[in-house]
Amino acid sequence: MQLDDLYRRVIMDHYKTPRNRGTFDDETLTVELNNPTCGDRISLHLVIEDDIVKDARFTGDGCSISMSSASMMTEAVKGRTFSEAMELADRFSCLMKGEPAEFDDYEDIEALSGVNKFPARIKCATLAWNALKKGINEESK
Amino acid sequence: MNAELIKEQFPILHQEINGHPLVYLDSAASSQKPKVVLEALKHYYEWDNANVHRGVHTLGSRATDDYEGAREKVTKFIGASHTEEIIFTRGTTTALNIVASSYGPAVLQEGDEIVITPMEHHSNLIPWQQLALRTKAVLKYIPLQADGHVALEDVEKTITNRTKIVAIAYVSNVLGVVNPVKQIAEIAHRHGAVIVVDGAQSTPHMKVNMQDLDCDFYAFSGHKMCAPTGIGVLYGKKTLLESMEPVEFGGEMINDVGLYESTWKELPYKFEGGTPIIAGAVGLGAAIDFLEAIGMDEIHRHETKLAMYAMDRLSEIEGITLYGPRDREVGLVTFNLMDVHPHDVATVLDASGIAVRAGHHCCQPLMRWLQVNSTVRASLYLYNTEQDIDALAKALIQTKEYFG
Repeated sequence: MQLDDLYRRVIMDHYKTPRNRGTFDDETLTVELNNPTCGDRISLHLVIEDDIVKDARFTGDGCSISMSSASMMTEAVKGRTFSEAMELADRFSCLMKGEPAEFDDYEDIEALSGVNKFPARIKCATLAWNALKKGINEESK
Repeated sequence: MNAELIKEQFPILHQEINGHPLVYLDSAASSQKPKVVLEALKHYYEWDNANVHRGVHTLGSRATDDYEGAREKVTKFIGASHTEEIIFTRGTTTALNIVASSYGPAVLQEGDEIVITPMEHHSNLIPWQQLALRTKAVLKYIPLQADGHVALEDVEKTITNRTKIVAIAYVSNVLGVVNPVKQIAEIAHRHGAVIVVDGAQSTPHMKVNMQDLDCDFYAFSGHKMCAPTGIGVLYGKKTLLESMEPVEFGGEMINDVGLYESTWKELPYKFEGGTPIIAGAVGLGAAIDFLEAIGMDEIHRHETKLAMYAMDRLSEIEGITLYGPRDREVGLVTFNLMDVHPHDVATVLDASGIAVRAGHHCCQPLMRWLQVNSTVRASLYLYNTEQDIDALAKALIQTKEYFG
């Protein structure tokens, strides 16, 4: 078990200086999600126009993996259509299962590939992505 | 007692985790099982397994003797007055739910009070919360002192003549405090209320006596005291249990069944629907023999001493916050390491073979009271040693460096 597989430099960088942390004055959608086993929680704030995620920010409290994953997800999802965002989330699920997945469009995410060797931590990494999927599903109804 | 020699008797503790000897510091979640308990289970399944109270055959009698023998062991172990007062359940949660769903609605009127504390485990909180919602009773909390203690003057202020049920943990699974259950029982009784004690964290670690405590109901789990999972106990005063309706119908609890009406067996079978947890009870009996051979007072002394050692060692670490009173009465140490999330702490410790719990410990209201999302908890048992604590302290320093 190599801790450095889990805590790559890029992950710690996102944890210590998270991107898109905060809220908007006039966002269009907020999704709240928590991990009931550990108490971690995230609020995802999305600016949505014509089925496109124009902008994304997050607030919440959680471990390095959940918070860095949220930081990366909000970076990666900006400007994407709903279907592109869902495809990105699917690719992230593959990454968590240890299946091949590339993120040429936002390579930082690949740093989270080591999480699949730490099964207990997969729920941390997927929290923000589950919030994204929940938000898009609600908005698409 | 010699913890090194005791450790020898737990096969699971002799393995490497991630290249390091396992240091198991999560016994408050579930304890490990000694060889004698594992052998008792094996023997039961290899020689005696059959359903109880039914078969006329030899195996049926043996299984029944084993099962009822375990009930007698529990009766003595917790100082109950009668074996009928011992009901085997799946665990603490089930036991507390039986009281909440059977006794609760029978005694509560709208506006009556249920009194609990903010330190309760979810199993001793949500059944009362639900009961209060269903019966329109008022759920009241005894406030906690700054260090997490319950003060008797606050108990006096909170319990009134409208209080019908007081439910409290004997030992907090987070703060490491022992509540003055005997005194609280006396106050509850003075107001005509019953007291329900969550003994999940006390029974495995210290001598308990139902007659001395004078509690009305008491619940605990086997798996936290060297027995298998899936077995637990509800103790209740005989007169109270007799007055209560069963909550599960069918199987062993049946006396006479008509097409439109039926009757139930006497205590304790009235509350043991279905085929009971026979092997679990056998395992619990073996665990009690094992613990009593060492001595509950010895175990308590060992754990408390070790916890004080842990408090000393951990408080030397810069940036650590220790929760609960400084003086330990039980083997629990809960903390946070500045700037490192409990999850991350637990993962880094696991890389060194050290198993701790990270999270809210099924105590979300208490986490809010502590103003944290979650904490790390190292919980001790009779097989832990000072070396285990040293390994923890060393790994915590490494954790800080790793995240520094």
